[in-house]
Amino acid sequence: MKRPLLLTGTASGVIACAFVLLNSLPGCRPSGTTKSVVTGDAASKVYVKPGTHDEFYNLVSGGFSGQLAVYGLPSGRLLREVPVFSVDPESGYGYSEESKGMLTTSHGFIPWDDSHHPELSQTDGIPDGKWCFINGNNTPRIALVDLGTFRTGSIIEIPNSAGNHSSPFTTGNSEYVVAGTRFSVPMGDDASRDVPIKTYKENFKGNVSFIHPEPETGKMSIAFQIVTPGVNFDLSHAGKGPSEGWFFFSCYNTEQAYSLLEVNASQRDKDFIMAVNWKLAEQLAKDGKGKRVPGKHHSNWWNERTHSSETTVYEDVLQLDPKDHPGLLYFMPCPKSPHGCDVDPTGKYIVGSGKLAALIPVFSFEKMQKAIAANDVEGDFAGIPVLKYESVLHGEVKKPGLGPLHTEFDANGNAYTSFFVSSEIVKWNVEKLEVVDRVPTYYSIGHLCVPGGDSKKPWGKYVIAYNKITKDRYLPTGPELTQSAQLYSIDGDKMELLLDFPTTGEPHYAQAIPAELVKPREVKFFKIEENEHPFAAKGEKETKIERRGKEVHVWMTTIRSHFAPDNIEGVKLGDEVYFHITNLEQDWDVPHGFAIKGAANAELLLMPGETQTLKWVPTRVGVTPMYCTDFCSALHQEMQGYVRVSPANSNVPLTALTVSVDAEM
Amino acid sequence: MKPISRVMIALAALALLVLLFVPIWRIDLQAPQYPEGLYLQIFADRFAGDVEKINGLNHYIGMGHIHDDMFPEFAVLPKLLMALAALGVLAALWGKRWALFMGLVTLSLFGLWALWDMYRWGYEYGHNLDPRAAIKVEDMTYQPPLIGHKQLLNFDAWSTPDIGGWVLFGVMALLIGVYIMEIRFNPHK
Repeated sequence: MKRPLLLTGTASGVIACAFVLLNSLPGCRPSGTTKSVVTGDAASKVYVKPGTHDEFYNLVSGGFSGQLAVYGLPSGRLLREVPVFSVDPESGYGYSEESKGMLTTSHGFIPWDDSHHPELSQTDGIPDGKWCFINGNNTPRIALVDLGTFRTGSIIEIPNSAGNHSSPFTTGNSEYVVAGTRFSVPMGDDASRDVPIKTYKENFKGNVSFIHPEPETGKMSIAFQIVTPGVNFDLSHAGKGPSEGWFFFSCYNTEQAYSLLEVNASQRDKDFIMAVNWKLAEQLAKDGKGKRVPGKHHSNWWNERTHSSETTVYEDVLQLDPKDHPGLLYFMPCPKSPHGCDVDPTGKYIVGSGKLAALIPVFSFEKMQKAIAANDVEGDFAGIPVLKYESVLHGEVKKPGLGPLHTEFDANGNAYTSFFVSSEIVKWNVEKLEVVDRVPTYYSIGHLCVPGGDSKKPWGKYVIAYNKITKDRYLPTGPELTQSAQLYSIDGDKMELLLDFPTTGEPHYAQAIPAELVKPREVKFFKIEENEHPFAAKGEKETKIERRGKEVHVWMTTIRSHFAPDNIEGVKLGDEVYFHITNLEQDWDVPHGFAIKGAANAELLLMPGETQTLKWVPTRVGVTPMYCTDFCSALHQEMQGYVRVSPANSNVPLTALTVSVDAEM
Repeated sequence: MKPISRVMIALAALALLVLLFVPIWRIDLQAPQYPEGLYLQIFADRFAGDVEKINGLNHYIGMGHIHDDMFPEFAVLPKLLMALAALGVLAALWGKRWALFMGLVTLSLFGLWALWDMYRWGYEYGHNLDPRAAIKVEDMTYQPPLIGHKQLLNFDAWSTPDIGGWVLFGVMALLIGVYIMEIRFNPHK
């Protein structure tokens, strides 16, 4: 008799619950604390009145989009997507003849990548608003985006490397940005790379590269590489203040597994944070102690005078072997599979985030120096000294949460760590190692960012969470949902959620900087008299057309609201037509577009004073229209013209013409 | 005349030379789509400022393309200013009250001529529109204000003296002051 009663009880319970749910009353399911934690005045704190500007630029990686996105804070409004590693048909980046070179590598033309970590250039350890570096994780590259133009200024490829993840973190005066290989690989020339994968321990090597951006031009070159034991490098940060001159890299897979890493690289209780004495490395390189080894790579640079890319191909690279140079590298044991590797604003502490660890270890730079001086080691790993954990530890934050990933800092001695597994941001005191506050995120936070939060001078004010999954936060758009960021105020004692905003690609790391440090340098237009493009027409009088065998070159200009010339005849089937287009405008924000029917590559967007080239190969005989794609004036729709394509054997003379109404009448 | 008066006249005359190097007049334009504003400056021998941007806007409504070569005044003005300055210095050396009076008259005539000339060009540009202009607004003319403010379609236009203009007014005021002083304190000479 008991059973039917129980069943009846359950059934009535279910019915009651359904009834309650229908009436939208809480009761039968856990009351969600996750839904509305926004307090009444949050909206006014992110409201940016029409006609006023956001306070911060937020530069957010595009992840698998390969680009860099620019948002305003606190509004969360998307201001721009900067094409970096991926082609952009909207602007012609990677399609125009001039910009193709930006994406060339030793593997040829690579029109995509996986961009993870933006890093602002610094002066005296403080972001200066000059450049933003970002890594290409897949085909190892580092790009420099010029914040004067918000365009990619240079891209360098990293040889002897695979999966450029711990990158491109910068030294205090941007003397160097680094690139640590995610995958260790067999190094050297191609023949010696062909080895059995099971010989990982003998044949696979890691490496970290120090790249020097030339301060005036932003041209990048590899100053030196340091060969390391075969492990996986994850993230890094430069020392500052007392730890200036050192660089720290987190590494996992010290098991040196090469298969099923999920299990096989999660066995050891502790992996390492690698400390690099880069001042010593710099000196060794200067003293000729390195060895040049094969390592073909491209360094591409965008010349703002010729409006074209320039590529330097390097055949080799300078390498330092730590076995020959004691004191160059040390390992600090770090529990367990460390991911983030962050240095606090004082430069005294290095925070390791073992993504599988149930605590956060904080290392002391001072103790590390003492341990080195006292040779306080517990052994070596592939010849590199491993310092004793207890000797280098400042302390551990106990039970902070699950799955610590990344840490940023404010100016008041607090750290903010993202927890992937427990989906939260935890605020804790660096000196006291005590948790002060925690706040949930929705859902699965990865990186986080405090304006200036990895520099000597955090501006604080906000922490932004970058989330991998958004479930019910936005209107659903199919199996794939938008990626998302969440903005929290950190001004008070308690963190306060202010805003959700969607992001493009997958936001990994981000940087934020006061707008006032960026705005004054903004380029409004390129001076036409400084245009050194070999095919520039600096006025309508310089427009012309020329046949060079099968190539037809057109020097064309744009100005509100016409092309000159706007009619071209004498092109023959089989010709390749190069439209060299110069935008004659000298006014802020007056680009012109150029598109031609049936073009197989892209359109062009031409900034004022700029010259770009679109190659067009006609595929049929007839008259083809061309027009301006960027609304330019009241007569934008009239900004158009024609190209007449004649059969290959015809003898129509090659002419470029613009006809006045008077001439016709 | 008193020595102090003669020194003042000489200084005023030399101050006229400043007009060779600084903008004399300016026209400011503002509209919602130009939050940063546009301006045109008139020097003794050339235009400066956003001349090309203003030309770009003007071509829709059929106003002429402004460039320095079209103004013969630019060749004459610097010479005229130098001549005026020389005459002023001569008047100071001469030291006669009638010379000062004549200087004042000449300078006033010069100022009136400059204003009239500006009006004439403004009228020409504002009224003589290209019949093939893309945009025609019935009964609309685009003559800029001679001095002060005027609304031209969605543009607010202000026409005001620039540094040189104020120097010119200063010179006039100084000379009038000297003249009044001379009559007041020395009525019989």
